[in-house]
Amino acid sequence: MSIQALLELRNISKSFSGNKVIKNISFSVLPGEVHVLLGENGAGKSTLIKMMTGAYTIDEGEMYWNSKPVKFSGPADAMEYGIATVYQELNLIPELTVCENIFLGRELKKGARLLDRTKMRERAKNYLKRLGQNIDPDKKISELGVGQQQLVEIAKAFTVDAKLIIMDEPTASLSETETEQLLQTVDELIRQGISIVYISHKINELMEIGDRITILRDGAKVDTLDVKETSQDELIELMVGRALDEKYPKRPSLSMKQEGLRIENLKLKNSQSIISFSAYQGEILGISGLVGAGRTEMARAIFGADEKNSGDVYVFGKKVNIKKPKDAIAAGFAFITEDRKGEGLFLDQSLAFNINIASMKNYKKGMMLSNRELLQSAGAYIKALRVNPQRKEEHARNLSGGNQQKIVIAKWLATKAKIFIFDEPTRGIDVGAKVEVYRLINQLVQEGAVVMIISSELPELMGMCDRILVMNEGTITADLKKEEANQEIIMKAATGGK
Amino acid sequence: MANVAFDENQEIVKEKKTVKAFLNKFGSLIGLILLCLILAILNRDFLSLNNIMNIARQSSINALLAIGMLLPILTAGIDLSIGSILALSIMCMGIAVVNMGLNPIAGLIICVGTGALCGWVNGILLTKLRLPHPFISTLGMMNIARGLALIITAAAPIAGFPMAVQFLGSSFAGPIPVSFILVVIIYILFHLFLTRTATGKYIYAIGGNRDAAHLSGINVDRVLILVYTLSGLMSGLAGLVLVGRVNSAFPLAGLDYELDAIAAVIIGGASFFGGVGTVWGTMVGTLIIAVLRNGLNLMNITSDLQKTIIGIVIIAAVFVDVLRQRASKKQ
Ligand SMILES: Nc1ncnc2c1ncn2[C@@H]1O[C@H](COP(=O)(O)OP(=O)(O)OP(=O)(O)O)[C@@H](O)[C@H]1O
Ligand SMILES: [Mg+2]
Repeated sequence: MSIQALLELRNISKSFSGNKVIKNISFSVLPGEVHVLLGENGAGKSTLIKMMTGAYTIDEGEMYWNSKPVKFSGPADAMEYGIATVYQELNLIPELTVCENIFLGRELKKGARLLDRTKMRERAKNYLKRLGQNIDPDKKISELGVGQQQLVEIAKAFTVDAKLIIMDEPTASLSETETEQLLQTVDELIRQGISIVYISHKINELMEIGDRITILRDGAKVDTLDVKETSQDELIELMVGRALDEKYPKRPSLSMKQEGLRIENLKLKNSQSIISFSAYQGEILGISGLVGAGRTEMARAIFGADEKNSGDVYVFGKKVNIKKPKDAIAAGFAFITEDRKGEGLFLDQSLAFNINIASMKNYKKGMMLSNRELLQSAGAYIKALRVNPQRKEEHARNLSGGNQQKIVIAKWLATKAKIFIFDEPTRGIDVGAKVEVYRLINQLVQEGAVVMIISSELPELMGMCDRILVMNEGTITADLKKEEANQEIIMKAATGGK
Repeated sequence: MANVAFDENQEIVKEKKTVKAFLNKFGSLIGLILLCLILAILNRDFLSLNNIMNIARQSSINALLAIGMLLPILTAGIDLSIGSILALSIMCMGIAVVNMGLNPIAGLIICVGTGALCGWVNGILLTKLRLPHPFISTLGMMNIARGLALIITAAAPIAGFPMAVQFLGSSFAGPIPVSFILVVIIYILFHLFLTRTATGKYIYAIGGNRDAAHLSGINVDRVLILVYTLSGLMSGLAGLVLVGRVNSAFPLAGLDYELDAIAAVIIGGASFFGGVGTVWGTMVGTLIIAVLRNGLNLMNITSDLQKTIIGIVIIAAVFVDVLRQRASKKQ
């Protein structure tokens, strides 16, 4: 190629405690292109980009910036060159405001010392507006949902005078509308001559904005392709190593239709209206809505995660009193939270510990726990969900994002609950492993569990659910059968009919 | 093809892992052995049976306090009040047994019970009053218990305990001090508790990620109350050993004992951020401190200089730990 690359990696390798996770990869980013990285969970995408941003050191190989060799001694170094990064995991400080987080470490100053608050607030507002958001810059991060936090994380990248922006799964927790907006912003950045490295497991999204795609498997590069000259099927096959026959596995329809969960007069904070609905055995109930519509808040309220729960909850016809998660679990609930790092995982504990912690009681032999059974059950879930690495004693911290997500799912599957509320269950999970998750969810339904899925991915909801509730501003605006639902109707209900 | 390569990699990792796991597990033990070697070379008396049993006896009070301290530290907390609780517990026992002439067995129960009760109050203050950090609740308790210990006997010591009370602190089974046997039993129980019961695992979970623990259905408040109750209970037990050793109860007993207990836990590899630490490590940490003090005594080094040296050891031990973790994590 005759055009000079902005950033080029040559024969890069990297190991973690003797385990080679990046194997001799060469990779280049041209000026003004969107270069997509694609690969299964644990393929090495995040590790590769962390070497470009100075977060990890490079074991072997060289890196060139505008054809000159460079070595970054840390993220600040890479920023100096004009590399801004949106990492896969949120790096926000919950007790600081949106504005303070966006400018953390790069504060604007008046004169030598004083912070220029007005200017920062104005700019923060602007950055968020570019992403189509109207978030108050003075709000604390802890008051925002995960989706909005993700947008703040993206906005941070705009404070760097960037020539290259790296985004690691920026849309994993965004709904359709926000994703669309982000893709437009990416287009705009490209027109300004900025290059983008983009990671995502949403393949149609990649086809829409990518120029070139590099596929990784097991830490090695499979190929780099022109987006125009490839297809979704080819990409999946290159990445998984086999063709996928079905994206959403079918399940036989069941005759049991007993009402498993009924919610009456639930009122969310800051909302005037009430929520009432039922969920049945044998069906999957989907919950759709925009980021901030109150889906997670509703789930948390039912589960007793926050202080008070104003409505009535009936489980298989019986009223239950839920004050805290322990009560909910006793009543048969499982709640797979959307924020895996903050609310799901024990990062410095083993995979076995993480998988078993919510179901410890089931492994009691007298007063003691049966270690053998604990390890057996952990092993079974690790295998079923194809967690990689498979070592039960590995710490959760050392897993890739998608594999961490699988561990969170496993923890709740292990509880043998009757009512499952999945909040963004497949966030960050690759296409192949998604099918495995869907199979396990189907199996739950088959076994008579009540399943609810909150998801920002409409195709996922339409592919998996029998019924979809749509939420807007803390209330339910539509209750649609699978046959009635389509993107247009759902979006209309999600925006409140506007 | 790809699969085979992957499996091979795993094997290699396993090998490397075991070396590292070994260092992780036994790093502080190696430190202890080195320390013993040096002391044995410097002083011939160090390795005598008599002196070894001396160390076992001297370390037992701190060993009991440290294992109690391990629990709050595992939950990312701290218990500053154990020294004062020890004093209050033994003064209560003194009043009951010596002044009021109660049955010595009742006295033992009162001693341990007072400790547990104070610890329970620590737990209630932390969880029900929602005080922001156990540093505060236990700092308060530290002063309250010390004050009470002084008040109830008008600051006078109590002597003349019956043999049944002194037994734990002063008796020997052959050459082995009973207090050391007690320590071994307690440590085995704590080890089983922390590794083999659900509640034990919950303690690690709370220290690792409190929100996740709450959402996993763990009754965080109840576990925390238990943690501080056990820590207080261990203070009472340590008090029993102390009374046996010196045959008197005095209100300034246990002053600053929390510092050696914290030091033992931290030298033993526990993390102040919670979720990391073992009974085994705490044992080694306790022994390092005891051996060091003993060796320095044998060499006639003043207690002032001993303080300085122990301070350096604490910092060095934790620094080595930090280095090791940085090497395995950051890369
Ligand atoms: N700090 C670490 N210590 C040890 N192993 C690690 C560490 N970070 C990543 N790994 C391992 O490196 C491999 C690649 O991980 P990486 O995070 O790059 O995957 P990824 O392609 O980004 O996956 P995902 O789609 O799930 O985000 C995985 O096997 C992971 O377990
Ligand atoms: Mg990743």
